[in-house]
Amino acid sequence: MPSRNWRETDIVVVDQPELTLSERLYLPQIFGGMRTTLRHMFSKAMRDRTVVQYPEQKRPMRIENYRGVHRLNRDEQGRVACVACFMCETACPAHCIHIEGAPSPWPDREKYPIQFDIDELRCIYCGMCEEACPVDAIELTPEFRLVGQSREEMIFDKEKLLMVFDQTRHLKPRKNPPITGYAG
Amino acid sequence: MTAMVQDILGSQLGLSLCFIAVSILVILTAVAYCIYFERKIAAWTQDRYGPNRVGPLGLLQPVADGIKFILKEDFVPGRVDRVLFHVAPMVAFIVAMIGFVVLPFGGRIRWPWMEEGTELLLQGASIDIGLLYLLAVGSMAVYGVVLGGWSSNNKYAFYGAMRAAAQMLSYEIPMGLALLTVILATGALRLESIVDAQVAHAWNLLLHPVAFLMLLTTALAETNRAPFDLAEAEQELVGGYHTEYTSMKFALFYLGEYAHIITASGLLATVFLGGWEPVPFTRLLAGTTWGGWLHWIASSTSPLAGLVRLGVFGGKIAFFVFVFMWVRWSLPRFRFDQLMRLAWKGLVPVGMGMLAVQGWLLYRGTPVHWSAPVAEVLLLVIAGAVNVASGREITGRQASLLRAASVRGEVGGTPAR
Repeated sequence: MPSRNWRETDIVVVDQPELTLSERLYLPQIFGGMRTTLRHMFSKAMRDRTVVQYPEQKRPMRIENYRGVHRLNRDEQGRVACVACFMCETACPAHCIHIEGAPSPWPDREKYPIQFDIDELRCIYCGMCEEACPVDAIELTPEFRLVGQSREEMIFDKEKLLMVFDQTRHLKPRKNPPITGYAG
Repeated sequence: MTAMVQDILGSQLGLSLCFIAVSILVILTAVAYCIYFERKIAAWTQDRYGPNRVGPLGLLQPVADGIKFILKEDFVPGRVDRVLFHVAPMVAFIVAMIGFVVLPFGGRIRWPWMEEGTELLLQGASIDIGLLYLLAVGSMAVYGVVLGGWSSNNKYAFYGAMRAAAQMLSYEIPMGLALLTVILATGALRLESIVDAQVAHAWNLLLHPVAFLMLLTTALAETNRAPFDLAEAEQELVGGYHTEYTSMKFALFYLGEYAHIITASGLLATVFLGGWEPVPFTRLLAGTTWGGWLHWIASSTSPLAGLVRLGVFGGKIAFFVFVFMWVRWSLPRFRFDQLMRLAWKGLVPVGMGMLAVQGWLLYRGTPVHWSAPVAEVLLLVIAGAVNVASGREITGRQASLLRAASVRGEVGGTPAR
């Protein structure tokens, strides 16, 4: 007796619904469908209600949790907020983050990134890096218009990611103050 | 100089050549704009705007499309049959473009400088077997599809081509039956004579409504349009027969399809909607004011009336092109067995019945008779009753499921008939 992981009571037998007379005659239903499409075709009100003319009109966005292009946040003194802990690189399921750390020149933390690259083509925009970051240094922005003409161009380095922060800070301010435990 | 122009325009050959030259330009433009209107109608049906960026109302979209098609890489995949791969789009396009020549666009005209009593036909060619020619050229279109699908060395393209061939063979028969009914009623294969017969009696739409529906259905199938577009079913066959085609070769297939639609619309307008006659029964309207104008349009030999008739015929073609597009964006595609069932179990028997009725009327010596439409509608009702009485069709997978259920001793849903 092969093992099975379902019960007889789980099975729902669905009978095909009986066709009505007009459905079985087929032609009335065809004309009915054609009437419906004709109604939509000549109703400007319906498409005015539906269509958003994109570059001119935009739909409101959920800025707080939209997962677009990454940014590297700056702290209050304008320095990169990252502490090079490699949590995001570890969490990333697409392996698109590459970090190189170095001893920090500042007294409030041990390390800081001298290199921070994100391959935006490889990224799947899952937001795991944002979740993993202990100092909320890496965040996803509502910016979705991401274009480039080469693969190299789409690998964002530290400067570029900080630039994204400068461009989007007015839209979405940095979430939390840094919590490092070091004397600021 | 003037005398020479008058001479050329005054001879049937010269006029026909000029007419063909002009109509090729007009039809090529119309075909390009068909694609624009197809996209517009698709968009309107789905509550969208459609192309509206290039030029006012997006009217320059065909130009942009054309430029893009020309600039794209013309890619030939490896291991294709090179000769046929290049020939297939040409066949599809040329065959679609040569059907127009026999359509009776404008009726008879007489230039003011011509002798009284002489008349010229405002159309490309007037041949005795006009309808046969249109049918032959129409079924040639499948050659482009089959050659394209076969030479591509691609299983999806090949499936598309095979489907197209089987579909064409099946739908030629009901199309022939529907047209044969009309031919028996009018007693002519020449398209102008069919129009004249309709002006003299009544539009064939009124005399043979079911034949009209049948020809409309088969014309959709002949032009590979939805709901009969199995040859290019995107969900199953990638692109169908033109999967491997790029650039202008792909565009030729596309343009050929639309040219074929325009020809089929012209055929429908000629055979069933009275060709260039603006409204039915213009001969009865001669006395009244507005009716007098309509009668003048239908019967006068002045070039101006010919021009108006061209407009009327063009309007009817445009209407049918619209119907083709409307149907495409309304109805879902048939499954292949449904397609075959509709042709062989639906259209062919009804068509044979219509032919029998019309043959009997001809035997009685009254080929144009009010009993023809009554009998045809009756046939349709009988066909519907048979369909309802014969229960739900059980085919393919349903049948094998039922067999399996009966083997297991379970009772299936509906018993197979």
